[in-house]
Amino acid sequence: MSTSDGYVLIALIVLPLAAVLLLMLTPSRERGGIIAITGISSFAMFVLSTYVFMRYDFTSTEQFQGVLAWPWLHNVGFLGDDGIQIKVGIDGIAASMVLLTGIIVMAGTWVSWKVRQRTKDFFILLYIVVAGVYGSFVMLDLFFFFLMYETAVLPMYMLIAIWGSTRKEYGAMKLMMMLVAASIFIFTGIFAIFTEAGIGSFDLTRLYAAEYSREMQIIFFPMIALGCGTLGGMFPFHSWSPDGHASAPTAVSMVHAGVLMKVGAFGIIRLGIQVLPEGAQFWGPALITVGIVAALYGATSALKQTDLKLMSGFSSVSHMGYVFMGLGTMNVVGMTGSVLQMFAHGVMTALFFLLIGGMYDQSHNREIPNFSGMAKQMPLWAIFFLIAALASLGLPGLSGFAAEVHIFVGAFRAYPVVGGLAVLTAAITATYLLRMASQMFFGEFNARWSALRDITWAERAGATVLVISMLALGLWPSPWVDRIATTLAQTIPGVSL
Amino acid sequence: MSDLNLDYSLLLPEFVLALTGLAVLLADAFRKELKVGRSMLPWFTVLGAAAYGGFGAGWMGAQAEFAGIFAIDAFTGFFRVLFAVTLVVVVIGSHEYVTKQIRHQGEFYAMLLFATVGASFMAGARELLTAYVGLELLSFSLYVAVSLAKDDKRSGEAGLKYVLLGGLASATLLYGMSLIYGTAGSTSYAEIAANLEHGAEDLRTPLVLGLVMMIAGLGFKASAVPFHMWTPDAYEGAPLPVTAVLSATSKAAAFAVILRLFSGPFLPVIDEWRGTIAVLSLATMVVGNLIALQQHNLKRLLAYSSIAQVGYMLMAVVTISDASASALLLHMGGYLVTNLAVFMGVIAFYNHSGTEEMSGLHGLAETNPFLAMVLAAGLLSLSGMPLLAGFTTKFLLFQAAANGGYLWLVTIAVIMSTISLYYYLKVIRQMYVVLPDGSQLPYATEPSVPQPRWSMSPSSLAVTSVLLVMILVVGLYVSPLAIVADNAAKALFAAA
Repeated sequence: MSTSDGYVLIALIVLPLAAVLLLMLTPSRERGGIIAITGISSFAMFVLSTYVFMRYDFTSTEQFQGVLAWPWLHNVGFLGDDGIQIKVGIDGIAASMVLLTGIIVMAGTWVSWKVRQRTKDFFILLYIVVAGVYGSFVMLDLFFFFLMYETAVLPMYMLIAIWGSTRKEYGAMKLMMMLVAASIFIFTGIFAIFTEAGIGSFDLTRLYAAEYSREMQIIFFPMIALGCGTLGGMFPFHSWSPDGHASAPTAVSMVHAGVLMKVGAFGIIRLGIQVLPEGAQFWGPALITVGIVAALYGATSALKQTDLKLMSGFSSVSHMGYVFMGLGTMNVVGMTGSVLQMFAHGVMTALFFLLIGGMYDQSHNREIPNFSGMAKQMPLWAIFFLIAALASLGLPGLSGFAAEVHIFVGAFRAYPVVGGLAVLTAAITATYLLRMASQMFFGEFNARWSALRDITWAERAGATVLVISMLALGLWPSPWVDRIATTLAQTIPGVSL
Repeated sequence: MSDLNLDYSLLLPEFVLALTGLAVLLADAFRKELKVGRSMLPWFTVLGAAAYGGFGAGWMGAQAEFAGIFAIDAFTGFFRVLFAVTLVVVVIGSHEYVTKQIRHQGEFYAMLLFATVGASFMAGARELLTAYVGLELLSFSLYVAVSLAKDDKRSGEAGLKYVLLGGLASATLLYGMSLIYGTAGSTSYAEIAANLEHGAEDLRTPLVLGLVMMIAGLGFKASAVPFHMWTPDAYEGAPLPVTAVLSATSKAAAFAVILRLFSGPFLPVIDEWRGTIAVLSLATMVVGNLIALQQHNLKRLLAYSSIAQVGYMLMAVVTISDASASALLLHMGGYLVTNLAVFMGVIAFYNHSGTEEMSGLHGLAETNPFLAMVLAAGLLSLSGMPLLAGFTTKFLLFQAAANGGYLWLVTIAVIMSTISLYYYLKVIRQMYVVLPDGSQLPYATEPSVPQPRWSMSPSSLAVTSVLLVMILVVGLYVSPLAIVADNAAKALFAAA
């Protein structure tokens, strides 16, 4: 990937913001204009994301590629040379996440054309989130990384409180306050890292090279891990996630569970493991413990849920638990599995929320026991749902399998007991998903739902894109594995194979 | 100080401002004879303020001192421009409000002008009595301005409370100054610094007493806890534009004096006051934010939120250095723009609705989306949310304090800042989530029902648009302001 590709990385941030600006200038009654702007810009984002992923050269020894930097503020106050820069560049992990964002934003945009309340405002806020997400993945300056991270979180309150359903204000406020409270830890961590490094620069590559005392790393790694981990749905600070997702509108759930939670896990890698590797080594076992508890807890909680979205929310907690488990193994296989799982869970959960939304918009009901025999009434819906469920429980050939195998191998290598528990979790996952499927799709049709129609064309298209990505990762994972594993082996000191 | 520099042209900006004030008073008094309409008064004021700001900006590169009592440097220049911008914005943005709600318009504009003269002298003072006289001029003008609201009993009450407590604070400050004079043998900052450097140990008690009393007096002006009691009442009772000036000019001027004092004359005895200011800072941010949670009146909410902001700003005084001062001045610039945007938005809203209760805002996103956006951006910027001025300047301020070795205080500040988001979100919820008739929004896929809209006066629209843009500019392209603030901070330490 050449330096000029850095402009593509910048374009990933500028594009959604340009769409926001255009939307602001479009009158709200011009639905056609709104659909055109969002359709074109989301497709362009998808194309650029794919381009970035393909162009990333995993055979190169350069840790970050497409690096471009412009000075923003330097030699002022406590800032020295390269104080704060607008600096972009990606590694293999960021490349995979950029691709994920492109896929989910495009699918999310399509299904959101249904929104008829303040449609324009909805897309403005959604695209601010998208700009923040892309920014978090590609920024190589600590200040801007955090700025983008917060930008991605901030509009969530309004997106849920205005366009959500069932207890939306509670869900929105809980989500917002928990995530912002978690940011306290990140703030503190960043201030400590900057002070300890003492180079007067927020440049991440220079901060990677700086020296940090072991004590400092041990104190501040958990802060970063907790702060970013909360956004990633880390147990026990996950409780915003089921409530928030249950009340969020479809596309917001998709973007939030699909990519925003990944920004959290990505933050642990970027700020935590890469900057403070000794701290990460020290706290690795704790991360694994938290991960396995979350996986088990999320799965058993999902067993008990009757609301489809809550079930899916707890399932997310469980699947994100695998991610933290993989990160905690501190070996390349496990951590590669983590990043794969971030991708796999992203597309899979987005498909879940897309389908749940497609039905809820018509039925205004999500209680699993209220439905039966839906496969006859909404066959396509049922088929897509089944594919998502199978990917979720780790069927070989679909995305979840590729990811989970890596994590399990990594976990067995690090702590065999944990590996065993992880496999148990997969069994529980199969239980709640298959039980839900048999209840909802099969059996006698409940006539109450005879007015329901199968999912719309937009939803079919979105679901197809997501299923294709799941199949791609499941059948041919090497493009992802190559990029991620090379990066991990190169960038994290002290990581074992 | 043998060769006093009595170059009066150095004070030209202040002269212009004071003369404009007099001209406005006279023009108002002899309206009929001079054949000037009331509508000319704000124009005079804006012209005077613009000339003041222009001269101030022009002198920003100077390094001169007037008679050893008033420094004309980048620091003074920074504040002169800050005050000028505030005055211009407040006068234009509150034009409609003033014609409807203010009893004596000539006096109103004159008092704002005189208050700014006082503030300007506070920023430049390099001598205790000059600073004191500047502070008194600012305070007296504002005592009058606070009670100028038509048909509002709270206004007179607020004025009385403010004048009584203000008098007490100013007596405390003056007594503190006399103790410092007794200890250091001079009222000139330069000489105090020199004398305290080789200070005699046996004078420690009067020194500490003097410092404590001065901190109390200045803390009152800056509304730091526990000297903040007047703030919510004065903010609530005062006419809205005066409240804006209280939260901007008055507060910035108090910080200018604090910075001049604690970066220079009191720096040699930093161990005597650092702990006190740290405790003050902690108490201010905690109390301000926690009490703000319970407010329903917009003015009172903004009063407590402005108290909380003082707590953050005091952190930079605790860790005083040119880097901290630079971050503080930058934050002050960002805060000023943000705060003015919120106040101008609230004024525009009050002109239309006549209410300043939070619950009155419901459905504003449907009836006046632009105003709702300005208010939301302003409030989110106050709580330090990204893309907006508040995030950038607050981040740098906090990092500066962390660099100064006060990470624990910064952590508490971040926690408090998070709490503040809750009460700002409550206001935003009223505007965006509730419909104008008080009901909830229907489900997202149902078509929306268009609501009747209203629009602001052109002057309000212009001012709020400019401020909204400035919030974004400071948030995303901070370097011009940061460089100016950095030069001001360097000048501050060069003078000391």
